[in-house]
Amino acid sequence: MALLEINNLNRYFGGLHAVNDVSFSVDEGMIKAIIGPNGAGKTTLFNLISGNLPPSGGTVLFKDEHIEGFQPYQIAVRGMSRTYQNIKLFHGMTALENVMLGRHVQSRAGFMAGMLNLPWTWHEERQIRQKAMEFLELFEISEFADIEVTNLSFGQQRAVEFARALATEPKLLLLDEPAAGLNIYETAEIGQLISRIRDRGITVLLVEHDMSLVMDISDEIVVLSFGEKIAEDLPAAIQQNEEVISIYLGEEED
Amino acid sequence: MTIELFLQYLFAGITYGSLYAIVAIGFNIIYNTTGIINFAQGEFVMLGGMIAVTLINFVPLPIAIFLAVILTMIIGALIEMIFIRWLESPSVLRMIIITIGLSIIIREVALHVWDESVRSLPYFVGNEISSVTILGTNISPQVLWVVGVCSLMVVALSLFFKFTSLGREMRACAANRRAAILCGINAKNMVTLSFVLSAGIGALAGCVMSPITYTQYDMGPGLAIKGFTVAILGGLGNSFAAVAAGLLLGIIEAFSISVVPLAFQDAIAITILLIILFIRPHGLFGSSEAAGLKEF
Amino acid sequence: MDQVRRIIPVVFLIVFIVAVQLATKYTGTPFYLTQLTMSAYYSLVVVGLCVLMGYAGQISIGHAGFFAIGGYISAALTTHNLLELKDNAFVSLLNKYGVLVLREDLYGETLLTVHPWYACLLAIMTAVIIAFVIGGPVLKLKGHYLAMATLGFGIIIYQIVMATEYFGEADGISEVPSFNILPGIELGGGFEIRVVNYYIAWGLVVFGIIILQNLIHSRVGRALRSIHGSEEAANAMGIHTSRYKLYTFVLSAAFAAIAGVFLTHYNGSIGPSEAGVMKSVRYVAIVAVGGMAHLWGALIMSVILNFLSLRGVFGTYDDAVFGAILIVIMLFAPEGILGLGIFQKLKKIMSGGVSGKTPELQESKTGQKQV
Repeated sequence: MALLEINNLNRYFGGLHAVNDVSFSVDEGMIKAIIGPNGAGKTTLFNLISGNLPPSGGTVLFKDEHIEGFQPYQIAVRGMSRTYQNIKLFHGMTALENVMLGRHVQSRAGFMAGMLNLPWTWHEERQIRQKAMEFLELFEISEFADIEVTNLSFGQQRAVEFARALATEPKLLLLDEPAAGLNIYETAEIGQLISRIRDRGITVLLVEHDMSLVMDISDEIVVLSFGEKIAEDLPAAIQQNEEVISIYLGEEED
Repeated sequence: MTIELFLQYLFAGITYGSLYAIVAIGFNIIYNTTGIINFAQGEFVMLGGMIAVTLINFVPLPIAIFLAVILTMIIGALIEMIFIRWLESPSVLRMIIITIGLSIIIREVALHVWDESVRSLPYFVGNEISSVTILGTNISPQVLWVVGVCSLMVVALSLFFKFTSLGREMRACAANRRAAILCGINAKNMVTLSFVLSAGIGALAGCVMSPITYTQYDMGPGLAIKGFTVAILGGLGNSFAAVAAGLLLGIIEAFSISVVPLAFQDAIAITILLIILFIRPHGLFGSSEAAGLKEF
Repeated sequence: MDQVRRIIPVVFLIVFIVAVQLATKYTGTPFYLTQLTMSAYYSLVVVGLCVLMGYAGQISIGHAGFFAIGGYISAALTTHNLLELKDNAFVSLLNKYGVLVLREDLYGETLLTVHPWYACLLAIMTAVIIAFVIGGPVLKLKGHYLAMATLGFGIIIYQIVMATEYFGEADGISEVPSFNILPGIELGGGFEIRVVNYYIAWGLVVFGIIILQNLIHSRVGRALRSIHGSEEAANAMGIHTSRYKLYTFVLSAAFAAIAGVFLTHYNGSIGPSEAGVMKSVRYVAIVAVGGMAHLWGALIMSVILNFLSLRGVFGTYDDAVFGAILIVIMLFAPEGILGLGIFQKLKKIMSGGVSGKTPELQESKTGQKQV
């Protein structure tokens, strides 16, 4: 069953056709990757799905509901969470607080309850803190819980961002170049991590440059070039696809 | 409305519009090189007028104006060097607050130096009742001075930015600061220069306007908000559009006198500002895509 | 545990308030209470603005506008005589339901005005509604645009009160009546009710600070700080960022309006200077000196600076002092003077009691740069 279904999605920037009539679907429980050379429109496509950009045309169905043109927060509360290519953490807040924000969609204390400090919110706060701690532990960074995030290393910051995205308990997780800036060992680790995330029942859609990672973990691959989808297949088939090799893999292996 | 009255309003609008355009260009020059909105922009206009009014007691009018402009430029340079130059990538909020603080300080100094009274330079030619006839209506020759000097400034500035190497270096800084630095341009000096330039044009506008609008220590904020309205109307950073937008605002204001009570005249500019901000923050002439790229 | 820690500074504050009152009583200096009461009301504006600027990261150079809306509406409704309109259907309807009250002014003339209680409520409601209406479009703006838009709003309010006869034009409105806000508790500037009014004002501040402190330590407070950190990421975390910003804006506007209403009835008058740009800038200055994201810093600085200003210590340099404060603080100590060396130590000792954990310190430091 398709968890996410994209039909004829388009996006123009002025005269540039950044995403051109792209359609594909992501089935529940799979890891799907979007690859393509620089400027192929991968991140734009992501931003269209997560609501950071409104599409110029086409539809996005998430859990059989139209979400195109929704605000990011509306999409987030429906169970889609994302990370960013250039990590976007909340500066000035600790690692724990960052992950606690991931619990926002799973809690409900509002302005009134907060201002009046109602007793039931104490319980909720404790739970938020406890759950956030669990997610930090999952990524083995609980020792940095009280450190302000700008003081963490790049890898640790990426882990915090992952933990924050997972803390929302999403149905679908969008990962924008999760291996960017990591060495091959760290990349392999990220690969295992993504597989573990899938094993928790979370569907993953990722944009990635690193071919080895993509071929290793993905169940299916979509190839974009100049905003158009040129192939969609199993990893093994993509590796054999003449067109893909010529525009992407060939170029990469020069 | 008679044709005579119509022309009177029109010329009044053009006169004030020229002033607003100059203030807006002052905003743009500094904004382009630094990304800062200098909230003290209106104070340069006030300083130019005030200094000239004082100097006229000692020297002839042209020299007084010349010295006033030079002095205001020096003040502009000092402000930049003392308060802005050494800050390492300050946040927008920090810069807003600093320039607001500066405008208050300049105003307060002006209050203690020149007190609260309203002053003005004499008319450059003739006096307040002399007039020239244009298109069948009588207007003060000072209006021609204002329009002429402001037009000259706009032309001179555009020639400066286009044909002198200094002007090109400033534009390079505006386009891509880092690349400009890599090309050996001293970006910090360009910022100082931008303050000097916008202080200079503000002061000169302050002098030619003084006989018509008068000069008072607290005229700055009102001018600043109108200049900003014009800058936004034309699209922030776009000086040619600022001229058109300035004239537009001036004319709207002038004609509104016949509809809206005088006391609410300033509110018109602000209302336009708010409407533009809400509907087209990239200005009437700018494109929304380009505005989206600017970090605010 | 966290709950207890939060109460400690509040208890300190209450003790301090009582101690100051007793001190003025026994040293024979009760005249200080007047300025302390006024400082309290201005502080109410400051702490509200502190949450908007320091925590949610949205600047407003127009909060004097909300203060003025509150003060002016309440003042106008309680001073304009409706006696001649008595037979007007609407006025008599209001009269029938007890909204209006007959009283005598200083010169023994009979006035029919809106009852102060209703006037206050209506004034605050109006400010809240205006904040709601303009907050939507204004808060979509960022940086310079937001600053200019709020500044523009403030100037419009100033122009309206300056140009409207109903609001007294340049003279403002005087002879605003005092009244019983609760049975036996009179809000006003009378000599004999000075102590009561000192406690009314400071009671409001204590109440306000408890509410705001609760808010910033709640789920909502965390969300506000995340908006300050990265609005885009906050939105992607499921936070309805525009609504959160709007509610915070309205909340701070309500604080300003309440302060305006109370101070106007306390002073018995209000003038256009209360709506002026300088007032708005002053509130911003105090929040900045207090350290932006520091509720207690803002409160302490507000009381000190407002008290000195009201005592006339700065003389004719009053505005200049606040301008200088803005520049000096932003140049040399953008995290507020409580962020400077000596205070840092003090804060470390206090931090256990003030805000829970040391990370809080880093927040106010780094959070500052993100606006």
